[in-house]
Amino acid sequence: MSAVAPEFYLALAGFLFTVGVVGVLVRRNAIVIFMFVELMLNAVNLTFVTFARVRGQIDGQVLVFFVLVVAAAEVVVGLAIIVAIFRRRASANVDGVSLLRW
Amino acid sequence: MSSAAEATGTDFVVFAVPIILLPLLTAAVLLFFGKRLSVLGAEGRGHGDVPGYLATAAMAGSFLAAVLLFLRLLGVEAPDVAGEHANERAVTVHLFDWISVGGFSAGVDLLVDQLSAVMALVVTGVGTLITLYSVGYMQGDPRYERFFAYLTLFAAAMLLLVMADNILLLYVGWEGVGLCSYLLIGFWFEKPAAHNAAKKAFIVNRIGDFSFLLGIFLLAVTVGTLTVGDVNLAAQGGAVTAGTATIAALLLFGGATGKSAQIPLYVWLPDAMEGPTPASALIHAATMVTAGVYVVARFSPVFEASGGGAALTVVAWIGALTALLAAVLACFQYDIKRVLAYSTISQIGYMFLANGLGAYSAGIFHLTTHAFFKALMFMGAGSVMHALAGEADMRKMGGLRKVLPITGMTFAAGWLAISGIVPFAGFFSKDAILAVAWGEGEYLLWFLGVGTALITAFYMSRLYFRVFEGELVHPEGSHPHEAPGTMAVPLMVLAGLSVVGGAINLPGVLTLEHFLEPAVGGFEVPGGIAAWLLATLALGTAFGGIALARYVYLTPQGADLRRRLRPGSWLDRVITAGRNRFYVDEVYGDLVVSPGKDLALFAAFRIDAKVIDGVVNGTGTVMAWFADGFRRAQTGYVRSYALIFLFGVVVFLSFLALRVIGGVA
Repeated sequence: MSAVAPEFYLALAGFLFTVGVVGVLVRRNAIVIFMFVELMLNAVNLTFVTFARVRGQIDGQVLVFFVLVVAAAEVVVGLAIIVAIFRRRASANVDGVSLLRW
Repeated sequence: MSSAAEATGTDFVVFAVPIILLPLLTAAVLLFFGKRLSVLGAEGRGHGDVPGYLATAAMAGSFLAAVLLFLRLLGVEAPDVAGEHANERAVTVHLFDWISVGGFSAGVDLLVDQLSAVMALVVTGVGTLITLYSVGYMQGDPRYERFFAYLTLFAAAMLLLVMADNILLLYVGWEGVGLCSYLLIGFWFEKPAAHNAAKKAFIVNRIGDFSFLLGIFLLAVTVGTLTVGDVNLAAQGGAVTAGTATIAALLLFGGATGKSAQIPLYVWLPDAMEGPTPASALIHAATMVTAGVYVVARFSPVFEASGGGAALTVVAWIGALTALLAAVLACFQYDIKRVLAYSTISQIGYMFLANGLGAYSAGIFHLTTHAFFKALMFMGAGSVMHALAGEADMRKMGGLRKVLPITGMTFAAGWLAISGIVPFAGFFSKDAILAVAWGEGEYLLWFLGVGTALITAFYMSRLYFRVFEGELVHPEGSHPHEAPGTMAVPLMVLAGLSVVGGAINLPGVLTLEHFLEPAVGGFEVPGGIAAWLLATLALGTAFGGIALARYVYLTPQGADLRRRLRPGSWLDRVITAGRNRFYVDEVYGDLVVSPGKDLALFAAFRIDAKVIDGVVNGTGTVMAWFADGFRRAQTGYVRSYALIFLFGVVVFLSFLALRVIGGVA
């Protein structure tokens, strides 16, 4: 049994990240954008784990836990904001929330 | 200063310090607790006399200290005569260091010598009498206690001026005097005329003060120290070049023309009559206007070091011309205080004439006698106004000697003294100045002086005859009454001094001149037959002026003559011009004040509003303009921010990647 080459993991991570970026840029629903942000974070997690494996060091894996914690915290705050906006405007469209613009 | 002076310096503190400190502390007490003090013994009169008597007591104490200081100074023997000019009676009293920066230092030191002792005696002596007079005169004024606070502060500033041992300290007194004159002239500031006069006095004095300050700076730079002794020694020893000395002397004299009301800065003094009469008396007799005379005498070596005697010539000519101009102007005034004001300007002119001729002690002698008779006449005028419910127009007065015997008799003493009738005080001091002018060969100056003496006798007689002689005339509804005792006593004391004051420089008896000689040098007058001739001539001139005034104002022919004065004739035109002060104020208004105001308006509404504000507002405008462009980048769409963010990251990463690849390759 041969191990899958790390290049494939990296390619997958790059693909997921790109999907996340494009999703953030093209979608208007805040919840969907949020999901794409999570996708990008997990793509980065995948590269961390891959490199940890390749280099035989634990650092990358440790860092993933930090990212997971930050992502969880971010979800708590972000979802709260989105819920608040939704209650007020009956919509989660991010283009509608531009009151502070000049 | 000699070593003996240093040794005796300590016990002089006991006398010198209270002279200044007593009036100063009283001023502070009256400023802070005056209202409470004035309630004492008020008994329904609005206020009691306590502040007035407190101020009088302080001034009297100061005078006592000055007398003791004077006697102490007389007691100093001449233990060592170090040089030709050594002044064994000059003592420096060091109180404390004031400024000490690098190589420059200025201490709070008092200089006690013959000149400052005489000045302190005059200021405190006449000042005490004026303060006592004010106790009665200011009765009923709502700001009674404040008046005495200003009065004592004024005296303190003047005493600091005359006793300071360095020019910076002198300048503190100099400015203090200016401030107090402003406060006193504008004492009744509810009257527009009073606060205008106060502002005028202050601003005109500031012009002079600026010149004075420049003079101080020049001396500080040239000599390196500002003590009176060092500056004068440097000037005597030739350490100051003739050119520098000329400029410094003229700058100092510029300040003196402001304080002492000489051409071209004399215009404030006649207007200063708006203040209470005792304040005028103080300004004219004891303090303020004598400051310039004192400064010239004090820094006489600087004036003498001037190239070709240029500075002294200027002083003498300004003095003589001012004396003449002011005397002429005095003839046309109807306000008795204004006549006296011009007369002061004229008499100070005599003092500067004496100073300019190098006869400083003659100048100080005239300063002293003038202080006696001018304070007397001002307070006499105040007494007249007091009796006539504030009236000062002499056309509405006449024959007042019948109802005001004390005022009339004492005023007569002042009148004869200033006119120069033997043996009154003014005769000796004025004759000394004229004799010096003759002796120096300055015949033109002598002639101006004699002419001024004639006019002086005329206008003072005009004043006296119109107010006190002839038929009794007084304004409707006024009830002329003699002044209360506190006002009468100073009048009588000063009248006595005006009669016998000339004796302080009577040749061969008591000589002020000889006493002052170590400090300011002596002077030569023609002796023998020439002296008698000059004195007789001066006396004849005085009698001539009085006789002329008597003819014009007291005889029926004179009254007839004045009635027949045709409007439009040359004499009438001269009188009109004189009544308008020869339009000097108008000329100053057009030449100085209006351009100054225009410049201020230009600065305010052009420079300030357009240029200064323009730069500030312009900065804001440019920023707003930039912001206007850049804010278009803020779309408010999160996606567009994210796109820009992504773009930035891609650029940054590409850069890093290219570097890595380049590094490898």
